[in-house]
Amino acid sequence: MSVLVYVENAEGKFKKSIFEAVSYAKTIATQLNTSLTAISIGDVASAELENLGKYGASKVLNVNNEKLKSFINQAYASVIAEAAKKENANVVVLSNSFSGKGLAPRIGVKLDAAVISGAIELPNTDGGSFTIKRTAFSSKAFATVEVTAENKVISLTPNSYKVVEDGGSANVEVFTSENKDSDFKTIIKEIVRATDKVSLPDAELVVSAGRGLKGPENWGMIEELANLLGAATACSKPVSDADWRPHSEHVGQTGIAISPNLYIAIGISGAIQHLAGVSSSKVIVVINKDPEAPFFKVADYGIVGDAFEVVPKLIEAVKSLKANS
Amino acid sequence: MKILVCISNVPDTTTKITFTNDNSDFNEAGVQFVLNPYDEIALSRAIELTENGNGTVTVINVGEASTEPTIRKALAIGATDAVRINAKPTDAYFVAKQIANYAKDQSFDLILAGRESIDYNGAQVTAMLGELLDIPSVSIIKKLDVDGDKATVEREIEGGKEIITIPFPFVAGTAEGVAEWKIPNMRGIMSARTKPLAVLEAIEVKSLSKIVKFETPAPRGTVKLVDAAEPEKLIELLHSEAKVI
Repeated sequence: MSVLVYVENAEGKFKKSIFEAVSYAKTIATQLNTSLTAISIGDVASAELENLGKYGASKVLNVNNEKLKSFINQAYASVIAEAAKKENANVVVLSNSFSGKGLAPRIGVKLDAAVISGAIELPNTDGGSFTIKRTAFSSKAFATVEVTAENKVISLTPNSYKVVEDGGSANVEVFTSENKDSDFKTIIKEIVRATDKVSLPDAELVVSAGRGLKGPENWGMIEELANLLGAATACSKPVSDADWRPHSEHVGQTGIAISPNLYIAIGISGAIQHLAGVSSSKVIVVINKDPEAPFFKVADYGIVGDAFEVVPKLIEAVKSLKANS
Repeated sequence: MKILVCISNVPDTTTKITFTNDNSDFNEAGVQFVLNPYDEIALSRAIELTENGNGTVTVINVGEASTEPTIRKALAIGATDAVRINAKPTDAYFVAKQIANYAKDQSFDLILAGRESIDYNGAQVTAMLGELLDIPSVSIIKKLDVDGDKATVEREIEGGKEIITIPFPFVAGTAEGVAEWKIPNMRGIMSARTKPLAVLEAIEVKSLSKIVKFETPAPRGTVKLVDAAEPEKLIELLHSEAKVI
């Protein structure tokens, strides 16, 4: 028995959400009295791989060949499932990233495993049972799932588990897989990545704005505030529906659900569908000129005021905070 | 082109979520159920792709008879026919097994579903179907164009997108942007009543997991208001009290 964690890289580097997944998987391994192995697919420097030991991986399987250089769902799932079998792993952990969402179910089927997606806490293994908490109803609720299957595939919601750094260096081993040709039917033609922006699903801080901004031309101050804070930008559904902002920024029930440490909502009234996507944020700040806006009911901090007056002052305040620290 | 669209029957987006049976079941009392919005967008794209007699769209739902109004809604939007697998779904694996069992000898070119359902949000069924049918799957797509026997899709990734070509058959989970929402017209609503809706019995599937408890998030304390004349106080609080910046 062992625990396997898949460490997804973004252009050869690991993001914080991956260190969270490794730390989380390590704690599960300790709960189950076993060790943690990580598997990396793609071109990652060995120093980066050894560094995973710091978060608790004792061994790293390195799969680096030309055919598996870019993410192909089917092929990656085969490799990870094969590694899980060889390592005798009955728990596989992934980050619930866009790629993780595509992988976890396929790995689950290959291993006859139960798939728990969007886990937000460690499993409870008291008395031989295995229960785990995840979000449900688009973050309006939590569900505790009891797993009866022997094998488990768990995808961890980013920003829901703390990075723990108390390990050493991991042993890196080359791992070769036997993919079948049918694993490679999809072809990636192009990857477009905005490198100058913080990606929304991973963001610890998010500045979001709604219809109160009146038009796309007024987003300059939102972007400036976000840049100063190192935050990602987001928006409400009416804003993306009106094409003021891209759909990828839409948070809420039919957009994406996020759980940053800080969510600043500017000119968003707080419809129940919007709240669903952001209610697991740790701190919520609402700026709205309508004191009756429902968003204030679920906020930690608020300012009743006009965004066009308040936001420029916030920008100045962040600048002076940065200058003094 | 032969398309299968998997649909879920979910509580309306405005539903206040409560639980019953010692918090082990979702409380359906007084809840309005609708076609899962992400599935509706998948269906809309399927209908666009088969316009002008260029193929058929079958919708499939795994559910009890109570889901039929939602299935009729899908037919009203424009699906050709419908299948209901008669069972109360236990988890995503159960649903995926039922749909795979139906689809395996139907030679669909394309199987679509929403990226996730807005109730259980597992986002598992599409990729499980891909694996069970041994065909490619792509999880969250914002664009889908067909060219002969293959498609070009845009997959969402952190901070960007990937443009991928995939040969038929494959499974995809759709997100907003993939189509314009379709609203059923009077003709659609009338014809939906007589379109074929086959009810099939479920196959036996071993349960791998079950939900034992639901809870709602703890309410937040009262909001701390900062005077609009002194917004810098907010930044100070976020820095020294909340310690998030």
